[in-house]
Amino acid sequence: MTPPPPTRRPATTPGGQASPGSVPGPPSGGPEAPDHPSLRGRGGGRAGDRVFLGLSRGAGILLLIVIAAIAGFLLYRGINAIKVDQGNFLTTAGWDPNGLKPVFGVAALVVGTVLSSIVAMVIAVPVGVGVALFISHYAPRRLAQLLGWVVDLLAAVPSVVYGLWGTLFLVPKMMGIHTWLGSYLGWVPVFNQSQPGAYPRTLFTAGVVLAIMVLPIITAMSREVFLQTPRAHEEAALALGATRWEMIRTAVLPFGRPGVISGSMLALGRALGETMAVAMVISQGFNVTLHLLDPGTSTTIAANIANGFGEASRPVGVDALIASGLVLFVITLIVNGIARWIVARRKEFAGSAA
Amino acid sequence: MSAAELTQDDFPREAAVPVRRLTQRRLPRWAPWLFLVVAAAVGSGIGAAAGLKSHLQWGLIAAAVFVVGQWAVSASVEGRRRATDRLALSLVGASFLLALVPLVAVLAYTISKGAGKLNGYFLTHSMNGVSALDNTGGVYHALIGTLEQVGIATLISVPVALLTAVYLVEYGRGKLAKAITFFVDVMTGIPSIVAGLFILSFWLLTLGFNYSGFAGALALAILMMPVVVRSTEDMLRLVPDELREASLALGVPRWRTILKVVLPTALSGITTGVMLAIARVAGETAPVLLLVFGNDRINNDPFSGPQSSLPLFVFEEYGKGNTFSTERAWAGALLLIIIVMLMNVAARVLARLKAPKNSR
Amino acid sequence: MNLNRIGRSKRVMALGALAAAGALALSACGSDTNSGGGSKAGASSSSSSGSIACGSGKGQLLGSGSTAQQNAMDQWIKDYQAACSGTTINYGGGGSSTGRTNFLDGKTTFAGSDAPLKAAEITQSKKVCSSGSAIDLPMVGGPIAIAYNLPGVDNLVLDAKTLAGIFSGSITKWNAPEIAKLNPGAKLPSSTIQAFHRSDGSGTTYNFSGYLNDAAGTGAWKFGQTSDWPTKTGQSAKGSDGLAAQVKQVQGSISYFELSYAKNSQLQTAKINTGASAPVAVSTDAAAKAISTAKVVGQGSDLALHLDYATKADGAYPISLVTYEIVCDKGNKAATLPALKSFLKYTASSAGQQSIAQLGYLSLPSAISDKVTAQIDKLG
Repeated sequence: MTPPPPTRRPATTPGGQASPGSVPGPPSGGPEAPDHPSLRGRGGGRAGDRVFLGLSRGAGILLLIVIAAIAGFLLYRGINAIKVDQGNFLTTAGWDPNGLKPVFGVAALVVGTVLSSIVAMVIAVPVGVGVALFISHYAPRRLAQLLGWVVDLLAAVPSVVYGLWGTLFLVPKMMGIHTWLGSYLGWVPVFNQSQPGAYPRTLFTAGVVLAIMVLPIITAMSREVFLQTPRAHEEAALALGATRWEMIRTAVLPFGRPGVISGSMLALGRALGETMAVAMVISQGFNVTLHLLDPGTSTTIAANIANGFGEASRPVGVDALIASGLVLFVITLIVNGIARWIVARRKEFAGSAA
Repeated sequence: MSAAELTQDDFPREAAVPVRRLTQRRLPRWAPWLFLVVAAAVGSGIGAAAGLKSHLQWGLIAAAVFVVGQWAVSASVEGRRRATDRLALSLVGASFLLALVPLVAVLAYTISKGAGKLNGYFLTHSMNGVSALDNTGGVYHALIGTLEQVGIATLISVPVALLTAVYLVEYGRGKLAKAITFFVDVMTGIPSIVAGLFILSFWLLTLGFNYSGFAGALALAILMMPVVVRSTEDMLRLVPDELREASLALGVPRWRTILKVVLPTALSGITTGVMLAIARVAGETAPVLLLVFGNDRINNDPFSGPQSSLPLFVFEEYGKGNTFSTERAWAGALLLIIIVMLMNVAARVLARLKAPKNSR
Repeated sequence: MNLNRIGRSKRVMALGALAAAGALALSACGSDTNSGGGSKAGASSSSSSGSIACGSGKGQLLGSGSTAQQNAMDQWIKDYQAACSGTTINYGGGGSSTGRTNFLDGKTTFAGSDAPLKAAEITQSKKVCSSGSAIDLPMVGGPIAIAYNLPGVDNLVLDAKTLAGIFSGSITKWNAPEIAKLNPGAKLPSSTIQAFHRSDGSGTTYNFSGYLNDAAGTGAWKFGQTSDWPTKTGQSAKGSDGLAAQVKQVQGSISYFELSYAKNSQLQTAKINTGASAPVAVSTDAAAKAISTAKVVGQGSDLALHLDYATKADGAYPISLVTYEIVCDKGNKAATLPALKSFLKYTASSAGQQSIAQLGYLSLPSAISDKVTAQIDKLG
């Protein structure tokens, strides 16, 4: 393994991948740096650098090994299951891996997973960013600090609690909004209710629970970057006569966008993989459907794993669940890839205060 | 567009006609409050007239009236720019209130259901020998289990994750860094039960260890690492380069620059990330269920014998489905929230003590 | 500057020390001794402890599996540990398949399972039972209630064919002619039937679908006997408690779960028209009557049962759940064998069976429990 070049990252942009050498940094005391007398630190600097680089690279490699081991393990078990699948693993809508003739596929699960996460993000991202802005740029400073703490504390509520609360408290309260959406927006396919009045243990309710769960994550991360907006940018905008909103639109949001996106991705990752809360709230089914408001039609990959694991047959039933877990990986990867691409594309807007 | 590139043209004057007043016409300071009162009245009026039972709907109508009404009035008096500014303020405020409702509801409901049971007896007793008809039993064994498992998981994962993030931001380019970045993204997508399955087949079945709190902690560590790496990475990238350059220019070696300048500057953000990760794993039930087995008795040793944990306790008691066990589940849930929040506060206090004074 | 830093790091250290001290203090104040709490169970444990023969059993028993027998296990463990202080027993839920796998992996001493072992699992068990193989011991039984939420209809009567129609989605309204015929005079509403089933695989589904399969007649139930709910219709919830919560909340709902959950949630239960002289209401006695005619279908020392779901005997309630303990017939770990035998003997005894009656379980008929006790004596 060739050691990476010793020069440190140039012009760090938030979340962005700055291209090497765009801003020439000063030569560093990195291990492979040319031995420049003026840069020798006090005693042991170079040795310390070597040790530190070794440590941090070692940590990275350790992480890589762990992940590779997990990925290998999952691929092996997952492929075992797909081999004995009597249906098409990707297009079958149904989950019956425990019988003598295992037939299962992830079509319905993928649709359910994606739909519930979309609902969650549609609700949580605007609200989360709004809350972050409120805390960082609208609320009085003392209050803002307090609110920041409160949001962080709310991020600490564990998912099993959201599950308990969701199933015992929230689901009955969702009846009204289901009826309302179904009767006024029923012409939109996703809000079409084929069984009006059915108990609302639906993808939509699951999405709302997920939104509540991930909101503090988005808010915490966004607030953190909004607060890092260079004062000079904000004051420049205000000095040019911008209103507060115009200042936010032109200075704060462009600077914070990569942070908002990466916070949202963290949130989306959690929404996609959230297990217990969804499993406790949703009424499970295995149909490919866009109907958010119909219970018993769909479920998510993670919830299906939690639901099915205890009674899954060995090895096929468990392997089938693992194979569905692999699909969840791939979805997360695609989502992350898109996010990284957006962040990289946007990096020019986040010009650092050089 | 960044503020640095803005010119006056980006914020056009209200009108091109000769300016007659030095200041624009503004709504009086009390205007928003007036709108609020009017909107509340209209909302209740419509709600009552239409016979809507849900007071939530009254509130939503009032909010809509407030936002639209204020925008219209402000646009006609102060012009579009001010109106938009007010609209943004009311939307931001509304989203804040909207977010508070469910979050407060979660807390309030959990407290109201759990506080009655959460007493000294509950905290200091285990579930040993408690059957379905006993209104006794407690959470002590699970509390010990959770503290030990989450603690071990944090001790394992945070140093590895911090160092990895430092590597990615401060040193890493090239294939290795790309591979790590890629696989950390993969890792965020691991469903928790799958992480549990991996440890089960690796640690328990292949290496032949037995159920223990430590096995659970290993799975939790796997779940924590990518979260901490991702958030730390983002926070390190936010540290202004001037700081690094200044330190390096003074002849401070790179590793000391990272330890003494970069990490402390990003500390509060990193702490937030770590706390989010702890919050995530502290509530994990599935991997713990597979690996620590559950135990009704107190087991202080995380390295041998089955243990319990708080989320597992909540899940098991909820699953027993009798009156007493449901009460215990809520009390356990409340305790879990309190613990994670206390840890959160402690971490924040520590971060504040360590952070450089000039940070906002 | 330096002073400042020292001050700060001192504060940090003080905080750390405080946390450590707190943890130490915490680890010293817990107790494993729960007071009786003045409940009925406390009394039963003292009365039954006389019948527990501890033998030379010491050490730790680990079992896992069926959640349907969790409450029974909790009660037995409580009674047993009160009498035999040298033994600790842990029973973790997690599901029958998980329990069987844990046992076959050699991680537990016994497993609790809703369904008997499959042939492949018995073969596989020869690895952990060095000189024998795994067997099923029927231990915990209970009636499965058909609970419904239909205000104004108090004595709903259903039969297997109608239930099959409701749960496979061919009967969708409460005032359907099939239901009306069984309930002359009842004011049945025209609302939609909301049938709830288990979203997770379960022993109640296994036995309920077995009942529909055996008793509904050909064509009415096409899905066989299965642990996973087989149809795509209806709504679902996880766990018997989840189902009970749904029936409690949703008007027009119907579902199936253990009688104890119906009683805990105060739900109405349907009577079953079995073809006997009168429809049979669900009760532990009526279910025990049906179970007494169950046939042993296990090979050799295995005592797996096949229940007589299609029974037409007067006063016999046909839908029941019998769950098993799975152990090795020979080749159990020597260290825990005495404790295992002594514990299982207590659970199969009439004292053990009676102590769980108050939890909604039935006492196994002596025809079955005698065979189980004889087999436990032979365990090695």
